[in-house]
Amino acid sequence: MSGPGATPIARWAPYAMSGPAFLLFATLLLVPLLLTAILSFSQFDHHSGIKAGVTLQHYAVVITDEFYHEIFLRTLRLSAVTTLICVAVGAPEAYILSRMSGRWRAVCLLVVLAPLLISVVVRAFGWSMLLGREGLVNQLLELAGIGRQRLLYTESAVIVGLVHIMMPFMIIPVWTSLQKLDRTTEQAALSLGASPVTVFRRIVVPQVLPGILSGSLIVFGLSASAFAIPGLLGGRRIKTVATLIYDEYLHELNWPLGAAIAVILLIANLLIMLGYNRLMERRYRRALG
Amino acid sequence: MTRNGIPALVFHVLVMAFMLAPLVIVCLVAFTPENTLTIPTASFSLRWFEEVFRHADFMQSFWNSLLLAFLAATISVGLAVPVGLALTRFRFPGRAFLNGLFLSPLIVPHLVLGVAMLQLFSMIGATGSFWWLVGSHAVVVTPYALRLILAALIGSDPSIEHAAQSLGASDFTVFRRITLPLMLPGLSGGWLLSFINSFDELTMSVFVTAPSTVTLPVRMYMYATESIDPMMASVSALVIAVTAAAMLLLDRIYGLDRVLVGQR
Repeated sequence: MSGPGATPIARWAPYAMSGPAFLLFATLLLVPLLLTAILSFSQFDHHSGIKAGVTLQHYAVVITDEFYHEIFLRTLRLSAVTTLICVAVGAPEAYILSRMSGRWRAVCLLVVLAPLLISVVVRAFGWSMLLGREGLVNQLLELAGIGRQRLLYTESAVIVGLVHIMMPFMIIPVWTSLQKLDRTTEQAALSLGASPVTVFRRIVVPQVLPGILSGSLIVFGLSASAFAIPGLLGGRRIKTVATLIYDEYLHELNWPLGAAIAVILLIANLLIMLGYNRLMERRYRRALG
Repeated sequence: MTRNGIPALVFHVLVMAFMLAPLVIVCLVAFTPENTLTIPTASFSLRWFEEVFRHADFMQSFWNSLLLAFLAATISVGLAVPVGLALTRFRFPGRAFLNGLFLSPLIVPHLVLGVAMLQLFSMIGATGSFWWLVGSHAVVVTPYALRLILAALIGSDPSIEHAAQSLGASDFTVFRRITLPLMLPGLSGGWLLSFINSFDELTMSVFVTAPSTVTLPVRMYMYATESIDPMMASVSALVIAVTAAAMLLLDRIYGLDRVLVGQR
């Protein structure tokens, strides 16, 4: 436990300590991802399967075929709408939570965030019961005089499920930035004659903006690759990129095409996460001077 | 000192209802005496729970998942402790890379990991192997263990270790008597969080399980896409119970709020 590079042993120690974990990650993360990248360039036909030779055909298909455009656009649309709803609901909710008194706040925070740890399948199943033809939501709609609607296996059902899964990922970063907020600035502004709306707009919002942005980033990325929710609440009709990859691998058995789509999804995810993050960091720093 | 107005509180109640609705409905329907997905009003029954316990496939998957989560959490904590020490107590070339690598399962979609591992397993003939499944779960839960262990190590004062060392304690004694007790909350919290995440993992497992190793979430997913009866609600209620028990422990040992909101 000595300082940096004190003895030859200390120089090698960190590598030896990380070695076992590195071995596991190399075998089960780096190598498989590399294999998938290679597979996405392999030739394939439905009779003889994977063949030798390099091709860009699978990427070309995904880029040119209308069928895939529709699925990619739908996935983007579902993720964007989910992100917007999470911002519109999660950010105010985090603000309301932060203004509650101690005990209630702790309890409510747990209620809002604990579902995060409960299996996605359980939550999706819960929604499929609520949104089903005889479900509680339809019974309420009937009572309200609107009449029963087809809710399950629609894009709306997928969005409802995604919002439920993603809400904690929005509330947590907003909550964290609210914790850093200095309450006396709000009081100072109020005492200087600013209206509550002005205080909210000019003092609270700018300071939680980084939280909202990083929350949006996480929600968008996770929504775009979500599998269980579109699978269970969207049914066969509402295909997304994730369920498309599943079908290519386990039903169509066209692994190279599935691999190409998986690589696109992975790169898009990493780009959104890294690029957007960097951009926002810079803007935030400039705003602070 | 609630300063929220009435509209804000109404909004808050609606959000809470939204978050709880699917879980509450699952737990209610689990006790229905009927053959359909109905909320029991007149009487409650345990018949669908009995049905679950008689269902050989569900039971096998349940035990699979429990053992899998236990092993994956144990392995990930076992690997994350030395990694955490290396990352916090040493400065060395490649440190940032290793840190990024070990946290990367958080940003690589599980779906992509799933297809990647499916390909590896089929190449080396490991399809259906329980131990390779354990390895794949250990990879995806290691970031959770590592984060809590890192937080515990960063929070503890290294000068206590130096003091013990200068008083003549061996490296091993310092670790056993000082470092380990200081990071125990992070370590056990990390184990539980890893356990929960492995027990719940669906997306990657869909690709890397075989009929003999199917985990409970995968079994439930398959079951829910084909048929829907109250047994599914009872299994779900049992899953909620197991998760809630683990969460309660996590709260006692580490603080659930710290796991969920703290140390990001």
